[in-house]
Amino acid sequence: MQAVTEEIQVADIAPETKSGMQLFIDLVNVLGTSTKTNAKLDALSAYFSLAADADKVWVIAIFSGRRPKRIVNAGYLQQWCIEIIQIPTWLFEESYHTVGDLAETIALLLPEKNTAQQPQTLSWYIEKFIHLQKQEESIRKAFIIDSWMQMNKEERFVFNKLITGGFRIGVSQKTMVNALARTIKLDASVIAHRISGNWDPVTTSFTQLLSEESVSLDFSKPYPFYLAYALEEELETLGQPQLWQAEWKWDGIRGQLIKRNNELFVWSRGEELMTDKFPEYHVLKDMLPDGIVLDGEIIPSLEKKPLPFALLQTRIGRKNVTKKQLQETPITFFAYDVLEYAGKDYRDMPLQERRKALEEIVAQTNHPSLIISPVIEYTAWAELASIRFASRDMGAEGLMLKRKDSPYLAGRKRGDWWKWKIDPLVIDCVLIYAQKGHGRRSNLYTDYTFAVKDGDKLVTFTKAYSGLTDKEFAQVDNFVKRNSLEKFGPVRTVKPELVFEIAFEGIAASARHKSGVALRFPRMSRWRKDKKPDEINTLEDLKKMLELYGK
Amino acid sequence: MPLIEFTDRGLYCAQGQFYIDPWQAVDKAIITHAHSDHARWGSKYYLCHHHTKPILQLRLGENNYESIGWNEAVYMNGVKITLHPAGHIIGSAQVRVEYNGEVWVVSGDYKLENDGISGEFEPVRCHSFITESTFGLPIYKWKPQEEIFAAMRTWIQQNKEAGRTSLLLAYSLGKAQRLVKNLAGCVDHVFVHGAVYNTQQVLKNAGWDFPETEKVTPDISKDLFYHNLVIAPGSAADTPWVKKMQPVAVGTCSGWMQVRGNARRRNTDAGFALSDHADWDGLLQAVKATGAEKVYATHGFQSAFSRYLNENGIEAAEVKTAFGEEEEDNLPETKTADAVVNAE
Repeated sequence: MQAVTEEIQVADIAPETKSGMQLFIDLVNVLGTSTKTNAKLDALSAYFSLAADADKVWVIAIFSGRRPKRIVNAGYLQQWCIEIIQIPTWLFEESYHTVGDLAETIALLLPEKNTAQQPQTLSWYIEKFIHLQKQEESIRKAFIIDSWMQMNKEERFVFNKLITGGFRIGVSQKTMVNALARTIKLDASVIAHRISGNWDPVTTSFTQLLSEESVSLDFSKPYPFYLAYALEEELETLGQPQLWQAEWKWDGIRGQLIKRNNELFVWSRGEELMTDKFPEYHVLKDMLPDGIVLDGEIIPSLEKKPLPFALLQTRIGRKNVTKKQLQETPITFFAYDVLEYAGKDYRDMPLQERRKALEEIVAQTNHPSLIISPVIEYTAWAELASIRFASRDMGAEGLMLKRKDSPYLAGRKRGDWWKWKIDPLVIDCVLIYAQKGHGRRSNLYTDYTFAVKDGDKLVTFTKAYSGLTDKEFAQVDNFVKRNSLEKFGPVRTVKPELVFEIAFEGIAASARHKSGVALRFPRMSRWRKDKKPDEINTLEDLKKMLELYGK
Repeated sequence: MPLIEFTDRGLYCAQGQFYIDPWQAVDKAIITHAHSDHARWGSKYYLCHHHTKPILQLRLGENNYESIGWNEAVYMNGVKITLHPAGHIIGSAQVRVEYNGEVWVVSGDYKLENDGISGEFEPVRCHSFITESTFGLPIYKWKPQEEIFAAMRTWIQQNKEAGRTSLLLAYSLGKAQRLVKNLAGCVDHVFVHGAVYNTQQVLKNAGWDFPETEKVTPDISKDLFYHNLVIAPGSAADTPWVKKMQPVAVGTCSGWMQVRGNARRRNTDAGFALSDHADWDGLLQAVKATGAEKVYATHGFQSAFSRYLNENGIEAAEVKTAFGEEEEDNLPETKTADAVVNAE
């Protein structure tokens, strides 16, 4: 089969003979298949040293979430593919459930290409997509079908992925930045800063993007976030407790609040500009001093006490916020660091000095939407350890430990900052529905729905997709295939027999779920082979948890 | 009563009192081919093709075997039985069963493309056709084998240049022989896992001619592996067995490699969709060529395949069997994990 064989065979071929699209295909193949960070790093830096500048800008954009708006939805792609190959819709769907990826399903189903023509470059396609956004559907359809028929399977797959915007492949910002740092002689943290913020891949050249200008011209530009690793060692290994500052670890959206040039910008850690989503912050534009960047948590709170994450989610998806929402789930900013003050980069200053400045700023601003994330007072490690158990009562998911003399670094670094989360909540339940997974779980039942007991009935309350080993997934897959009722469609109803312990970080009331609760980050923590389905937890147990932790 | 019934021991012909590829021990078993999900231990009598017999002897030990040639009739209680090439592996047969003018054919596993080893698939006219459907979805469309072997040769060449061992994982009976035959020319040494080696020795003794291979043994110098090719069953991957071959590039040869996610799950460096089963078009072509009034789809995507046939004017039903749906020596999903456990 060509799709997979080619991806390997091209890897070492002399690069200068390859088209722009082919270079990108190779890159996607390595990023999509390799499990080794170094292989990804090599592939990316090879790409950045060989590809055309226009293509490179788009690769940076795509892998940092700046893709162009999609020109057609997935339903149309499916429909057009079916028209070409003339199979029943159900058969297309069966194929899709088995492959687990729409772009790939279409690439596999279409007939062989009908020309000897070579595909265009990456930037050519993307610019074409942008142009087509304003065109009629028939023109878009004709373009897509023509393009399909000029491509082989590999090319179609990547082309479809560009359209559906589905490049959820395992490349971190860090890896991309490090790869760029290899090709252009700049420090990784400088690159991370330059490629962040509000730039448009259509009008920005590669040189502009990575130049010093990119920082001075873009007022909105956030700094790369400093991220902590989880604390795995004993507290005592950190040294003297008084060298460390402890704070609550909040469960909201990490963000930067920026005011420059008399404009206000709010960035999420995912580099999404969220200024317009949270009108609560707008008043800060007039209250904060100019030339300021604060790091903190975007979080709904009442009287400085955070509300469950689920409530924040009700706000994220909305364009227009109602008055009721503004009252019931007011979004606040829990500030814990200052990265720029009076137009000056503060990141190299020690934390304790930044903290002083931060306290000053928050006090002067004196507005309920800007709250300072408090420092936890403690003298001994043992004391801190017991304070940590109160995290849930505080609406926090644990503690943060930061060295008082630490600078604000870029990216995830060990040593100066640690996160120390509390143990998750757990509940035992039974698997009752299964669905085939995506990506490397293609053709395997790996996506499950679980139920708890409610009298003699079972009530579904959560889905979970992670936490099992490959071997365990294979065993469950086998069970599902032998114990399911349906033959077609994506979902299998399974005999309620397998018991799992689900771990989760939080619980909130939810009108959208039959059980009345929504869990935060559920995953399978244990396969309880020792338990029978009648020994699982009850809906009553869940409601008690909601009462205890969900308010 | 239908000429062939689906029982919990397997496909059964009551009139002739025999089973075809039974998954439990029975008195009389007709074996389509020697893969372990079709040829099981414990029956009192086995009938198979001449080419299959030595492999059964290797895999099941000494038993009461009778072997026949292509289209050579055997009668059991008035039922006429003949074997016809299925093109799946060496000796693989379709079983034609005829009684009172009614003809059934059990396909076993088959492929339409002639691999030069397994015999050419012969379409056999019948009233009822029991077909496999391992790759019974239209996403499964194979490239011509020459293209796949060419891609493998390029891959091996690249590994040689990079100083890596090329390790290809393939079913020890069937696909491994295809690899040996088609790839031996591009390396100095072809090393094979014991399971592949033993199979090839048996075939060699039976008169088959294959390029020379060398069995991987602990005393082979590490340096010999680099620049050369190793062929092993999938279960050998991720075991200490492979350690000596580092640096090594691993390629998996299976129709399942058609889908990227499957290749990613195996953690394989390259996936080659080389199959010994019919692809979607092959299954449809084979079904049509039989002219069967009724088709039974077994092991694979039997629900989808039989539904499609029904919608296209061929009466079809699905049948659950205990035949494997995999193209490897073990279940692939458990295989990798098992191998890891063994390594620990």
